[in-house]
Amino acid sequence: MSEKCIVCPCEDVTLADVEQAIGLGYLDIDEVKRFTGLGTGSCQGKLCMVTTCQLLQTAQSADSQRQARQPEAQKVPHPFTPRPPVVPVSLGVLAAGKGADRER
Amino acid sequence: MSAKEKMPASADRLATEAETVIVGGGIMGLGIAYELAKRGRSDIHVIEQEYLTSGASGRNGGGVRMQWSTELNIRLMQESIEICRNFASELGINVWLRQGGYLFLIRSQEELGRMEQTVALQNRCGVPTRILTPQEALRIVPELHPKGFVAACYNPRDGVVFPWPFLWGYAHAASELGVHIHTYTKVTAIEARGPHSFVVTTSKGAIRCERVINCAGAWSPAIAKLLGIELPNHPHRHEILATESLKPFLNPLVSVLSSGLYFSQSMRGEIVGGITVPDVDDGQVHLGSRLRFLEMMSAELLSVMPCLSQVRVLRQWAGPYDVSPDGLPILGEPDAVPGFYLACGFVGHGFMMAPVIARHYAELLCGGPRHPVFDRCRLSRFQNGTSEKEVMIIG
Repeated sequence: MSEKCIVCPCEDVTLADVEQAIGLGYLDIDEVKRFTGLGTGSCQGKLCMVTTCQLLQTAQSADSQRQARQPEAQKVPHPFTPRPPVVPVSLGVLAAGKGADRER
Repeated sequence: MSAKEKMPASADRLATEAETVIVGGGIMGLGIAYELAKRGRSDIHVIEQEYLTSGASGRNGGGVRMQWSTELNIRLMQESIEICRNFASELGINVWLRQGGYLFLIRSQEELGRMEQTVALQNRCGVPTRILTPQEALRIVPELHPKGFVAACYNPRDGVVFPWPFLWGYAHAASELGVHIHTYTKVTAIEARGPHSFVVTTSKGAIRCERVINCAGAWSPAIAKLLGIELPNHPHRHEILATESLKPFLNPLVSVLSSGLYFSQSMRGEIVGGITVPDVDDGQVHLGSRLRFLEMMSAELLSVMPCLSQVRVLRQWAGPYDVSPDGLPILGEPDAVPGFYLACGFVGHGFMMAPVIARHYAELLCGGPRHPVFDRCRLSRFQNGTSEKEVMIIG
């Protein structure tokens, strides 16, 4: 059943894919994103993030050894690192800015 | 060994003793771990401060090319691309290698003169790079602005890979062979108790070992400093963007050496590319995104390929280059600390060089032949004066 349940519609990542990642011990959203590719499509994670966090919350609370295994990991599920731009912006609009002259 | 112990995500416990501790779970560390394990070495622990793919290995554009200005790099990359071609069958993972070539656009006659020498050197090494007229280049990429360049260099055997599966391939294969990977684990101290005797302290406990390999990339100067060694390399932020997906139309990776622009179309259809942007370079790793990069990148990209102006940018991110003063890596043991090995200073091309460097490093550590790269790339060259410099560096 989980093969037919889509978590990330942009990149066709199924529940089974996420469960496989969790089964391998990838319990942080940054790991799951890069192992399955979810959240990297045209909506940039807007559709899959909450579902993924919920799955990771369940998996993390069931795993009492995680802290010992990954001491520096965040203890609760967290969102993806936000990547600008917030909404897609065309190259033409961006090129009209004065990037070359702008101070840092 | 429990079931989880064999998993690449992170091993249950850190051992108290090991033969080899590798600092850094990027492609260099995982590649060397895999190649060592393949040669029968056990007792290898890889310590990664965050998750696998968190550093430059998960943030780069995936370019793999043979077009370089030094014979050393040309020959290494010929071998590395051969390894990439066999990666899927050896490690059972699809790294999406696509050999669409690299097309370097040349903007001035002076630059053309320099590139003619470089291409002659590449040809002597057996790389089929050709100098093209603008008309010939336009046959390969008809969408280029025809007035933007005077000539181009083209090697059809260069290509691009998708970096993420490359790392998972090494990590899973290394785990299968018994390598212990520890993610979200920080190295906080390294003590040398004598030649080939170290204690590495981490947030998961301390481990005694005979050998430490510094594969920490942009973080490698900080790791070396734990042993009192000053490295001449430094981190430099390099930004990159990806657009929405387009129908496949762009075969080669296109680059402009004079501005540091490069872009290619990924197998997912996105245009992925970056450009050189000055930064503060204060010795710290900075991974923040800047509007300035988006504007510079878009302006330069559209000057080369104006038809992309309606294409939208989906995301931008940054990765840390590990910049060495002469553009060549830093390898081998510093004289002062036998048993402490360096694999750093790869200046934004460590990803493409990792397959070949990892293989030769493992051979060296297992008593096999010593590749000339290890003599050429010693740390001591920076005191003794360096003879050549790699100049074909993008970004």
